[in-house]
Amino acid sequence: MRKPYQLHVNGQTLDVLDPVPGESLMTVLRERLGLRGTKTACSEGECGSCSVLVDGELMCSCLVMAAAVTDRAITTVEGLGDDGISDIQRAFVECGAVQCGFCTPGLIVAAHALLDRHPDATTDTVREELAGNLCRCTGYGRIIDAIHSVAIARRGGRP
Amino acid sequence: MVAVNHGHPMTSDVVSLDRVDEIRGLTLDGDVVRIGGAATWTLIADEPVRSTVPALAQAARTVGSPQIRNAGTIGGNIATASPAGDSLGVLAALDATVEVRSASRTRLMAIPDVIIGPKVTSLEADELIVAVHVPVVRGWQSYAKVGVRNAMVIATVGVATVVNEEARSVSFGLTSVGPTPLRCPDAEVAACEAFWTLDGTPRTPTARDIGHIAELVMEGAQPIDDHRSSVEYRRHSVGVLAARHLRTAARTLREQ
Repeated sequence: MRKPYQLHVNGQTLDVLDPVPGESLMTVLRERLGLRGTKTACSEGECGSCSVLVDGELMCSCLVMAAAVTDRAITTVEGLGDDGISDIQRAFVECGAVQCGFCTPGLIVAAHALLDRHPDATTDTVREELAGNLCRCTGYGRIIDAIHSVAIARRGGRP
Repeated sequence: MVAVNHGHPMTSDVVSLDRVDEIRGLTLDGDVVRIGGAATWTLIADEPVRSTVPALAQAARTVGSPQIRNAGTIGGNIATASPAGDSLGVLAALDATVEVRSASRTRLMAIPDVIIGPKVTSLEADELIVAVHVPVVRGWQSYAKVGVRNAMVIATVGVATVVNEEARSVSFGLTSVGPTPLRCPDAEVAACEAFWTLDGTPRTPTARDIGHIAELVMEGAQPIDDHRSSVEYRRHSVGVLAARHLRTAARTLREQ
């Protein structure tokens, strides 16, 4: 059966036409809805490049069956930030936390989830919460710096 | 989902249980925590499990990454029956009961009756794990795991140790060193004798007791050589983790 369904992505309701049974949210976002900020890499939940928020919870979209989340609010990297770019995205640029950039969208989504749950995160917490996002370029140092700089800014500059 | 991503199309209809709230939550009912089969690791790693069944919360925290812990469930861990399933040694050591339901009946099953081989369960095709009943035990308990790194790692070896002050018993549940989660009857008897005298008075195990018990735990393991580790390393690690647990348990209980 290939019954069309709808997904709620970044505040919009979008039609998924002619779906394939059992296909992942990652595939639907990229190939059917054209939201290519969500990256495909390992397709088995190891690397975090496809991270999205499902009702605010961080998930690997490759491990979520798209047709199972028709009643959930999905947020992709394109939907973060009130007008275009979020404070975390800006901090990644300013701190030099981006090299090849392939892991960056997943890390940005994970960083949003992290600071929502742990606004006062220590470096240990940041490392533990980013454990599901692999970056092979940066060594993570500047990514952690970027997240701390946002945490401090959100607290009004209090370190 | 991983199989589908790698090109194996779905061959049958799929029913999503995501919206069945009854199996997603957990409730603390006296001296039992009833954990829904679809409860996620994120939920299990937090209160009230953290303070009532700490070994299970510790195991939950070692599963995968935040993304995986938001998706993976305890029912999935049991039904997958991987020898490396992080919760399975803990559930075996705690004598947890699995509540299995089909349209026609409900079964309450012990872990060894559900998990009968590596990735093999005794569940029927029409059965669903609706809950796991985990006893709240007074005493000391912990789960320790060895892997190649801190995060996102499958257990090379896992040891759960439970010292039950009420029942005056000690149990070990081993992960990743046998075809199924293993208990260690010989080590458990020896540990019981090390923590209590024959008339039931608590005593503190000596270093020699702990060395002997750890040896028996190592003998109870049935490790294999595979891509993740060797027989020798796994057997050695089981002894190290068990001894570490026993020392911490002895110190913690003495200081109480």
